[in-house]
Amino acid sequence: MATLNLKVNKKSYTVDVDPNTPVLWVLRDHLNLVGTKFGCGIAQCGACTIHMDGAAIRSCSLPVSAVANSELTTIEGISENGDHPVQKAWLEHDVPQCGYCQAGQIMTAVALLNENPLPSDQEIENAMNGNICRCGTYLRIKAAVKTASQSL
Amino acid sequence: MTIVKTNMDRRSFLKASALAGGGLMLSFSWLAGCKPTPEQALTMPKEWFELNSYIKIGENGAVTLFSPNPEFGSNVKTSMPMILADELDTDWKNVFVEQADFYPERYDRQFTGGSQGIRQGWTPLRTAGATARMMLVNAAAQTWKVPAGEITTEAGTIHHKSSNKKAGYGEMASLAATLPVPEEVKLKEIKDFKIIGNSKKNVDGLNIVTGKPLFAIDHKVDGMLYSAIVHPPAFGMKLKSFDASSVKSMPGIKDVFSINVFTEEYERNFFDVATFPEIVAIVGNSTWEVLQAKKALKVEWENAPQSSFAMTDFGGNKSTGSIPAGLENSADHKAKMAEYSAKPGNILRRDGDPEAQFKKAAKVIERTYSAPFLAHNTMEPMNCFADVKGGKAVVYGPTQAPELIMSTLAQALGIPKENIQINLARMGGGFGRRAYSHHLVEAALISQKINAPVKMVYTREDDMTSGVYRPTYTATYRAALDENKNLLAFHVKAGGIPETPIAPNRFPAGAIDNYLAEGWQIESNITIGAFRAPRSNFIASAEQSFLDELAEEMGKDPIAFRLELLKRAETNPVGETNDYDAKRYAGVLELVRDKSNWNTPPAGIHRGVSAYFCHNSYVAEVLDLEMKDNQPTVQKVYAAVDCGIVINPDAAANMGEGAIVDGIGNAFFGELTFTNGVPDKTNFDKYRMIRQKEAPRSIEVHFVKNDVDPTGLGEPLFPPVFAALANSLYKATGKRLYDQPFQPQLIEMGNLKM
Ligand code: FES
Ligand code: FES
Repeated sequence: MATLNLKVNKKSYTVDVDPNTPVLWVLRDHLNLVGTKFGCGIAQCGACTIHMDGAAIRSCSLPVSAVANSELTTIEGISENGDHPVQKAWLEHDVPQCGYCQAGQIMTAVALLNENPLPSDQEIENAMNGNICRCGTYLRIKAAVKTASQSL
Repeated sequence: MTIVKTNMDRRSFLKASALAGGGLMLSFSWLAGCKPTPEQALTMPKEWFELNSYIKIGENGAVTLFSPNPEFGSNVKTSMPMILADELDTDWKNVFVEQADFYPERYDRQFTGGSQGIRQGWTPLRTAGATARMMLVNAAAQTWKVPAGEITTEAGTIHHKSSNKKAGYGEMASLAATLPVPEEVKLKEIKDFKIIGNSKKNVDGLNIVTGKPLFAIDHKVDGMLYSAIVHPPAFGMKLKSFDASSVKSMPGIKDVFSINVFTEEYERNFFDVATFPEIVAIVGNSTWEVLQAKKALKVEWENAPQSSFAMTDFGGNKSTGSIPAGLENSADHKAKMAEYSAKPGNILRRDGDPEAQFKKAAKVIERTYSAPFLAHNTMEPMNCFADVKGGKAVVYGPTQAPELIMSTLAQALGIPKENIQINLARMGGGFGRRAYSHHLVEAALISQKINAPVKMVYTREDDMTSGVYRPTYTATYRAALDENKNLLAFHVKAGGIPETPIAPNRFPAGAIDNYLAEGWQIESNITIGAFRAPRSNFIASAEQSFLDELAEEMGKDPIAFRLELLKRAETNPVGETNDYDAKRYAGVLELVRDKSNWNTPPAGIHRGVSAYFCHNSYVAEVLDLEMKDNQPTVQKVYAAVDCGIVINPDAAANMGEGAIVDGIGNAFFGELTFTNGVPDKTNFDKYRMIRQKEAPRSIEVHFVKNDVDPTGLGEPLFPPVFAALANSLYKATGKRLYDQPFQPQLIEMGNLKM
């Protein structure tokens, strides 16, 4: 067990956990931030995607000890009222089916657009390829990323 | 004009108040973050007046509609309330939707599966909406002392023209709620629908994109503990012993014990497919801690002997279920299936004299198709929250079939049904997997044992390796042609482990004078169950690939050939038990032919067509494939769908797009094999799922416009796409593909990348 200070969505937290605990489980079990999802636990599906200092990472495969000095952002932190351009585009295209993968998809999309505000189709496909959507909403995801990119 | 008797759906008119003493009726609505958004016109009223099980109206005119069926992504939580709202004649922007808990005293058929939610909910929901509207009209008639027949409604307001009296629904709701339920009500004319047929956004959209706790896996209460499970590593094995002391002293670990979801005397139902009835549960303070203990637990397994149990089968008959012993291998499965394919099967349908025609044929074409076991791989793994204490149980979990798991829960816990409350979580996917809900029983048993609320979560590995899989199948098709290439006879023999995929009265039965369908099955201890369009998902791929090859052999265009057969089935059908409407079937083929400009494909495009009827709906699909740098890329898929009236067109298109993507993914990559009973894939590193890059570049879903009552939509677009892909790959590569998944064979073809 170790006492660690974390910064998530601009708020400071102190947790007392095994330092090997993946960030995902600290968020979900200890900080009650359950928007970040568990899908595979081995960095293969993208459901657990969050931002570490602005870059998309797989929170299931990163020990909490590695993020103590970083700024973390989760789906709960990208906007106050669900009005981030990416969230708005997601609603406009009515992307979700079951919805389970979508927090991860959105976090990947936000990181992509932060880095590359006008991605080509191929750049979108490449960036989004790590996020599985079992319901198959890929076309709408791509369309929503494009819409968001135009409104940035 | 349709007049319906309200007594057909009497239970939906029971008021909650009448039941308040009996049922537990916990409201979980807060879970959905169900607070009004700024865009919503009305805020929460001070008081709600309940008109029936589905509808309550506030004094300010706000309307709450309860969505009865569990939501797994097929949009029922939006589309079912749309049906209510249209007949109620309210304004959609004043509607709040809440997920109903499992409440059989108030709702019929709270089951999501078989693409039946809308089809079976159609009349009850319309009736409930129309009845509530009538009660509001009657309240106004009584208040204004005018005949009810002179009163009209529109978008939540009630109007009496000659006296020029107007009122909002909210003003009449308190009186309406006390009035008798009318004996019969008039339903709207289809042309008068205002909400049905006009796309509405997913009612949970904002909650989803903001990461609100919508799923059972997100649920948490004070004092809740976490649980992981350990199950046998192979089908055909069971628990022998475990050493609790190997993990009990690990940090955060509270308890380790085994549980069994079935008591000895319990009579199972058809959906009691529990992969491993006895498992070990580890309980602790956090997910990570129980996962560490899961890895460290010392446990011994042994081979399970053959076993049998009492059960009631699908038709409600008492029978004995049995589970064979042994550690099975995919290689043996293949050999056994080949052996069964070569033997005569059970005759399922026989028209004319097919054997004689095959004897005199100038040419016989015979092809054999196969497909492997598939794992559902719902994005949210199996999990459940349960709180069992003091002889009462609250279970909150992802289930498609709460009614079916209720008896299993009651026997396992030794608690009567009336003391068990099942609350319905939004599911992170279902695809049939969560029709088998033993994860609810497991969580409840764990909670009961430790006397505390608990959340049990499967790892992805648990989920993938203790599945209720899509069976593996094979089908052999034969066609007899005369010297002029006329079709003389048609024969299909198909089976699988452990069921046959044949629906013997579907097309092309009914279109061919000499027709023979045979089925067979082989027992197994690998658990199987419903998977998006069960059986159809394989047999459509085999049949529609074969028809494509047959058309080519006969020198006919594949669409024209199918239409010819359908014309025969329409005008002069063979047999009387054909279960499809040949005209509607032809209709979707014609529509897809038009929409895709079938005869003039774009340059560089390889096209395949396929069509299928299942879940009461008709679908035809054309798939356009391009070879880019030796890589097959699906450019576009056109789908034509006849599922009757479409409730929520954009969401329906979304569902159709998803089914098409799912089908392409499974056709290319989907496969689960077994070695000595052990599943060979355990997670997404080996089990390849379709991803963004392999998805089609675009999909067009076209609905046939008609006034037929709505039928299935979640499944019917899935089965045809496998053959549409195979047939287009043939055009692109010159090779017919007979065995799924296709990707390994494409790689072997040399130079192809995927
Ligand atoms: S849960 Fe982290 S990538 Fe799948
Ligand atoms: S919406 Fe269900 S997994 Fe993506």
